Amino acid sequence: MSGSILIVAEHLRMEIADTTYEMLGIGRKIADALKIPLYAALFGKDISSLTSHFGAADSVLVLDQLQLEMPSPDVVANLLNTLVQQKDISIVLVAGTNVSIGIGPKLSFRSHLPFLNFCRNIQVVDGKVAFTSQLFGGKILSDICFPGNRGIVSIYPGSFPVDQGKSEKIPAAEVLDFATEETKVSFKQFIEPVAGDIDITKQDVLVSVGRGIENADNIAMAEELAQLLGGTVCASRPVVDQGWLPMSRQVGKSGMTVKPRLYLSLGISGAPEHVEGMQRAGLIISVNKDPNAPIFDVSHYGVCADLFDILPALIEQIKTHAEEKQLT
Amino acid sequence: MDMFVFLKMVPDVVEELVIGKDGKSLDTESMRMKLNDPDEHALEEAVILKEKYGGKITVAALEAPEVDEVLYTALAKGADRAAKFVGDWTRVQPHAVAKVFSFFLSSGGQQLTPETLILLGAQAIDDLEGEVAPYLADILGLPYVGVVTAVRLDESKEKALVIKEFAGGLRGEFELPMPAVLGVLSAEKPPRYVPIAKVRSVMKSAWIETLEVAPPEAAMRLSIDRLFVPQVGGRAEMLEGSPEEVAAKVAELLIERALIRK
Repeated sequence: MSGSILIVAEHLRMEIADTTYEMLGIGRKIADALKIPLYAALFGKDISSLTSHFGAADSVLVLDQLQLEMPSPDVVANLLNTLVQQKDISIVLVAGTNVSIGIGPKLSFRSHLPFLNFCRNIQVVDGKVAFTSQLFGGKILSDICFPGNRGIVSIYPGSFPVDQGKSEKIPAAEVLDFATEETKVSFKQFIEPVAGDIDITKQDVLVSVGRGIENADNIAMAEELAQLLGGTVCASRPVVDQGWLPMSRQVGKSGMTVKPRLYLSLGISGAPEHVEGMQRAGLIISVNKDPNAPIFDVSHYGVCADLFDILPALIEQIKTHAEEKQLT
Repeated sequence: MDMFVFLKMVPDVVEELVIGKDGKSLDTESMRMKLNDPDEHALEEAVILKEKYGGKITVAALEAPEVDEVLYTALAKGADRAAKFVGDWTRVQPHAVAKVFSFFLSSGGQQLTPETLILLGAQAIDDLEGEVAPYLADILGLPYVGVVTAVRLDESKEKALVIKEFAGGLRGEFELPMPAVLGVLSAEKPPRYVPIAKVRSVMKSAWIETLEVAPPEAAMRLSIDRLFVPQVGGRAEMLEGSPEEVAAKVAELLIERALIRK
């Protein structure tokens, strides 16, 4: 079979994103199944030292230029379009992250290859690459193949194992000499995370509230439970967007990735953007009214009920327990 | 400022989504539509910008159930003009949607000037073939930034300074000349609430322009082999009983794992 696979490496401040390794791992699998080469495109400023991390690829295509510090998706898509033609690339994998958003559609526009978003699984069956994408916040999955096995895929972070993309091998590196076009979008500066009152990434116990908490006043109940458990309250995006909790408490794609011993979710449906930030917690217990809420897919224990019925009972239970403990 | 906000209706995922008989599309009969969340924020950001810098806001959307109410609500929030594209758009994917929006922007005496800012939601839950904003920017040849959470103008008022979210609370500031296209994830403030009474009174005094645009030829490039519902509850063990019983079971689990002391 002709063609080759290209993964678009994502990195930020000299740190390679986990999704990059996910793409390397799954990219390696597809390339081996189809017996075609796997390339990694590494664009940036002063990034040549990162090439050694791409051992899973047959070759890493490096472009290290001053103008490529935080390049706009236009610039990246133009470079990739040249590569697609020069290297006979059939499948391009890009990260489905905030950092890489826009690259896929823009490469699709330039190359006329179709673009597939939200990909969670890839299999090769009888020489055909079959993709599964999630739709509607993870409520529906969709099986799709590209016409002629050629297209661009955005990989949903957390869909593939990171370890499989790591390799001790020293990859062949090819230094590209493409000219980078001028861009109208200029990067000005990083804005550091607002120092939060509490660092939720360091908590053992998190009580997390979602849209189901209904209003700001109800958060007090979750606070009470969190305090009884020696933890703190965090939230999914809608709660922070409403201004009910500060951004430092947001778990998920744009917010924090947390790994507490206990993650107790209340009224969170489990949109993939949220799950991305909490799926590696030690024990996940979720309360939601909707029996089909995707949060139950990543939880160890689930309670299908109104959180306003469960929460007071739970507070009472933990309180009683603490009192009994004091008596003994 | 001359702002355009393109609004998109998506299925409300609070309702159960039913897969149609063909196994490849959703059953639209049972679907309830709502405004895509980030689009509501794009509108809010436009209203904030109008309050700050003046100007006007045009909102436009593809025809869909409940869209009139969404457009009237936008007018009640501060938009000056509302338009909808009539037709059946159920299977039309973002690159084709972007084409429709670009027809609108290049017709009817509309001019893209250094005062023009085009705002869309950063992403929608049904954007299978990508986001609308980057496609629209490419068709129009305009600069684009996605996942935007704040916008202001520089002193010349011809450049936008925008904040883009990365991850872990880290953000970046970008500058781009207008006209420009932004994919907004969230506005600086929560979307404002307008009382129904205000929407009703707008319905009496304002109207929605209807526009006819032929759907682009390639509405969808990919063909879906099948849609299916993921196996939910595959991992979670469900705890059942009265609230008190459930609470007792949860407490037991916490004791077992030494999360509360016995």
